[in-house]
Amino acid sequence: MIQAIAFYLLATVSVVSALLVVTAKNPVHSVLWLITTFFSAAGLFVMLGAEFLAMLLVVVYVGAVAVLFLFVVMMLDVDFVQLREGYAKYFPLAAIVGLILLAEMIVVAVAAAQGGAARGAELIPATDVSNVEAIGRVLYTEYVYIFQAAGLVLLVAMIGAIVLTLRYKPNIKRQDIGRQVNRRQSDAYANVQAESGKGVTLEDLK
Amino acid sequence: MIGLPHYLAVAAILFTIGVFGIFVNRKNIIIILMSIELILLSVNINFVAFSAYLNDISGQIMAMFILTVAAAEAAIGLAILVTFFRNRGNIAVDDASMMKG
Repeated sequence: MIQAIAFYLLATVSVVSALLVVTAKNPVHSVLWLITTFFSAAGLFVMLGAEFLAMLLVVVYVGAVAVLFLFVVMMLDVDFVQLREGYAKYFPLAAIVGLILLAEMIVVAVAAAQGGAARGAELIPATDVSNVEAIGRVLYTEYVYIFQAAGLVLLVAMIGAIVLTLRYKPNIKRQDIGRQVNRRQSDAYANVQAESGKGVTLEDLK
Repeated sequence: MIGLPHYLAVAAILFTIGVFGIFVNRKNIIIILMSIELILLSVNINFVAFSAYLNDISGQIMAMFILTVAAAEAAIGLAILVTFFRNRGNIAVDDASMMKG
């Protein structure tokens, strides 16, 4: 009973907040609703017994991706009202396509769960092995190459993001470490005989 | 009793909302990126639900890799968005067709 209440609560919150993500007028609100969606999805993951993925979802999405979105939304000075033009125009088409998609997917999902590959599947209660341990046992053995590939994907994404947003400005002073190291004491200063009462100008030093 | 179809239905609804969001917010690329995140989340829910009900941990491993790719995609997408904004001064994506060749 309490399970059903928890499921319906989390499912309703995630669906409603997902709807608000795509319909909110202010993109900052959209990001905040996105965080709510991910949070309740993490709750659904916990109910399914996938605690590790739930924590990962909270850390990666709420902690990193959503904050990245917030940064960009607040950093860019954009007229968001202008960007909402055509919302009413596209709404009927989007609703029709969405309803067709939804009907098809629910039919397929129910068919798969009742008569297809997952017929009669039951939620198996937790065994002696915890979820994290079960993942750890296969992640570094069976899936080690995919794991490495995922690391490469993140590396490429990091380098790509840096390369895309790095701006080279030609007319500013930079530290040139090579020049600093190659500098000799004799280039750095000169010893001149200053005439009394005249001082030294820059030209004398060269 | 909550069964597999319930979770699959939630995932289907989230996926549909993601597609709907891409359709209605054609100009605002930030909302489009968020809709893509919603779609990937619904795929993750599907993976985890099947993984739990079929008692096979590999579904959760795959969901983890989808999470990785989604994070990478968000980072690259937002970097492109920032570069585009610097060059054009706004982020209306229907102007992006000006980038010819």
